[in-house]
Amino acid sequence: MSELLRLEGVEVHFPVRESIADVLLRRERGFVRAVDGIDLAIDRGEVLGLVGESGSGKTTTGRVIVKLTRQTAGRIAFDGRDVTRLWGQRSLREFRRRVQIVFQDPYETLNPRQTIHDFVAEPLEVNGLARGREREERVMAALESAGLRPATEYAFRYPHELSGGQRQRVVIAGALVMDPELVVADEPVSMLDVSIRTELLQLMLELRRQRNLTYLFITHDLSVAWVIADRIAVMYLGRIMEIGPADRVIRSPRHPYTAALISVAPTPRPHPPGTHVKRTILAGETPDAAHVPSGCRFHPRCPLAFDRCRTEEPPLFDVGGGQSASCWLAERGTAAELAAVLVPDAPGGAVRAPDGPSASGAAPPLGQTPVPGGVPAPDGQPR
Amino acid sequence: MTADAASRVTGRRQWPLPKLADPSAPLLVVDGLRTEFTLEAGRLRAVDGVSFRLDDGEALGIAGESGCGKTTTALSLVRLLPGNARIVDGSVKLWGIDLVQKTDRALQRYRWREISIVFQGAMNALNPVRRVGDQIAEPIEKRLGQSRAAGLARARELLDLVGMPRDRGRAYPHELSGGMRQRAMIAMALACDPAIVIGDEPTTALDVMVQAQILELLERLRRDLGLSLMLITHDLSVIAETCDRVLVMYAGRVAEEGGVGAVFDHPRHPYTQKLMGAFPDIASGRRTLDVIAGQPPDLRNPPAGCRFHPRCPFVMQVCREEQPPEVRFPDGVRVACHLHPPGGDGVVAQAAERSAPDAPPQSPAPVLAAVPEPDRAPDAGAVPGLAAAPDLAAVPDPAAVPGPTGVARPPVVPPPAARTPAP
Repeated sequence: MSELLRLEGVEVHFPVRESIADVLLRRERGFVRAVDGIDLAIDRGEVLGLVGESGSGKTTTGRVIVKLTRQTAGRIAFDGRDVTRLWGQRSLREFRRRVQIVFQDPYETLNPRQTIHDFVAEPLEVNGLARGREREERVMAALESAGLRPATEYAFRYPHELSGGQRQRVVIAGALVMDPELVVADEPVSMLDVSIRTELLQLMLELRRQRNLTYLFITHDLSVAWVIADRIAVMYLGRIMEIGPADRVIRSPRHPYTAALISVAPTPRPHPPGTHVKRTILAGETPDAAHVPSGCRFHPRCPLAFDRCRTEEPPLFDVGGGQSASCWLAERGTAAELAAVLVPDAPGGAVRAPDGPSASGAAPPLGQTPVPGGVPAPDGQPR
Repeated sequence: MTADAASRVTGRRQWPLPKLADPSAPLLVVDGLRTEFTLEAGRLRAVDGVSFRLDDGEALGIAGESGCGKTTTALSLVRLLPGNARIVDGSVKLWGIDLVQKTDRALQRYRWREISIVFQGAMNALNPVRRVGDQIAEPIEKRLGQSRAAGLARARELLDLVGMPRDRGRAYPHELSGGMRQRAMIAMALACDPAIVIGDEPTTALDVMVQAQILELLERLRRDLGLSLMLITHDLSVIAETCDRVLVMYAGRVAEEGGVGAVFDHPRHPYTQKLMGAFPDIASGRRTLDVIAGQPPDLRNPPAGCRFHPRCPFVMQVCREEQPPEVRFPDGVRVACHLHPPGGDGVVAQAAERSAPDAPPQSPAPVLAAVPEPDRAPDAGAVPGLAAAPDLAAVPDPAAVPGPTGVARPPVVPPPAARTPAP
């Protein structure tokens, strides 16, 4: 497989200006470090799941890739060509044909006064790619491949006449009509009902197979990423905490943050009575990216943090098997055992050990959840 | 600190029960509820004969896809319905008092004071131009007739209780994060010390970690305050983690109802099975997803017979013709599906004991035989990651299933006051 996209040290720092005077004088009071130095490579035909909570910078990363947001540092290469400084409508035209984005909310993406046909035809028109009969054919083909069949039945309707799932299919058709190579999908199924969600995920995988598409799939839901992605990258406060093959990241996380996310991933199977599944519920919320903690940025919420974490930021350590984690424990090679402490019933197999109260009670207090009776930190702002 | 606040806030119900309340009656019994919307194009019955019961201190989850009547069911309890909606039949008995018969004015006594709601989008439910503390104090002043000072003092206690710093009451909603807003909504719902709190998709818009925090909070409140919870969500995993019982609705009717363990370990209704298969499950290592083909029916024109039959992989002739009766199993689970005919291993659910948590075993027959376990193994020929369409070979031969053939079914127990499930 050849590499399609590469990001090197990409940063997006938004200046904070507190007053009108600041704005006028272009004076900065600090920066929101939305994306704070990430390296990422995606192979052709691959699905990379980018997972993180709100405020982790995952959407900004997606916007940088499709060149909707300017990076403040770093390099971007697409298909072997440096596109870091590619700006301006004219120069971006070819790039935009090859890289498309699907947003989360189809209600906001679609213009309520534009028919489905016109929405899908617009990119062709704007880019002067096809006209007349050819344009019609491409629009209809895109609608059909997005699963809106027969296309003639949907093409001349307005968005309000469609269901949520159908609208998201229209948005996908709008991205497909350009015949792109890379699709950045920003939470494409988060607004949808379970049954519709499954159909859309299936559609996206089917399209990848047919057209050898490459996806950057952005989601806050680790379990959705696990289903659709070949590799998963976990972001926290603008940095990649862990990256690796989907199955490895889920089954043997090497970063405590990933382990905590897995431990709270909801499951539709209730725990057998009398057992207690230990979940690592982190107190507070992702801190504000204007006040990134020193050292490892996860340390204020990390149940395993030690001295070094407070002062030194860990790099991504290769832990083998294509997996890397940005954690001092990964360097020492002890992360595996510690992750096992955090996720006592990590899915080593389909069998879930009937983990009795005694078993979980015997676990070291490292992953103890501070919640009941404790004081959940207000917004988790480290000061 | 928090436990202390809890004891001050509850003291096990500070306000007297309504005058007509019968303290020995069950907390909430909903029987045969039907709610209709009048549309230009005709009538739409969003809730069509739903019955259930909620006991003191219990948490009941209501599950189903969008448009299956979950929210309408909950809003019907206190008639917080849009103008074109009307309860046409059934009863909602709170301590034996039928709320359906109450006038709007009389119902004010029950809204928020006895049954309160945590709405889905806290940003939309909170007033953006008022401080959250004032908003929490408002029902205390309006509904309980307390002074403003008392209301604000209690608002601070409530903020403490939901794990928010007390001084955050001075914040406006936009100054709070999503999780904090949802905590403020919960504080508001608890303001009048209600008997029942309804959560309408309370965690849907939140991040996983914040969702886990909110669910933990609800669980703690239920334990500490002895609350009864009704949790409406399309996310079965939320119900599995917080509720005692689950009610799965489909197209305005009950598909399956029972204890969370019994239902989720052995889902009997094909819809429940499909719904469960539609979730990725990291804990069990299942990386495949089931597709529920098709969409929920248009309720202006629902399909005849069982409403799930157009999407059901096990559909039989009888499903297209007759509405399946609700059958209760020895383990207390109630299912409306022709694969589980009465007299097999379950009995026809009776109006009186329809929602009793522990129905006496009426039949010694082993539970669960007819429905094959949903296939959990990744299908070899499937699209990577996703399960293929239901394997046709797995569909039971209709002849093999001890099926209702349209002959009058002999109920095990004669139904004296039975609300016969009308086809």
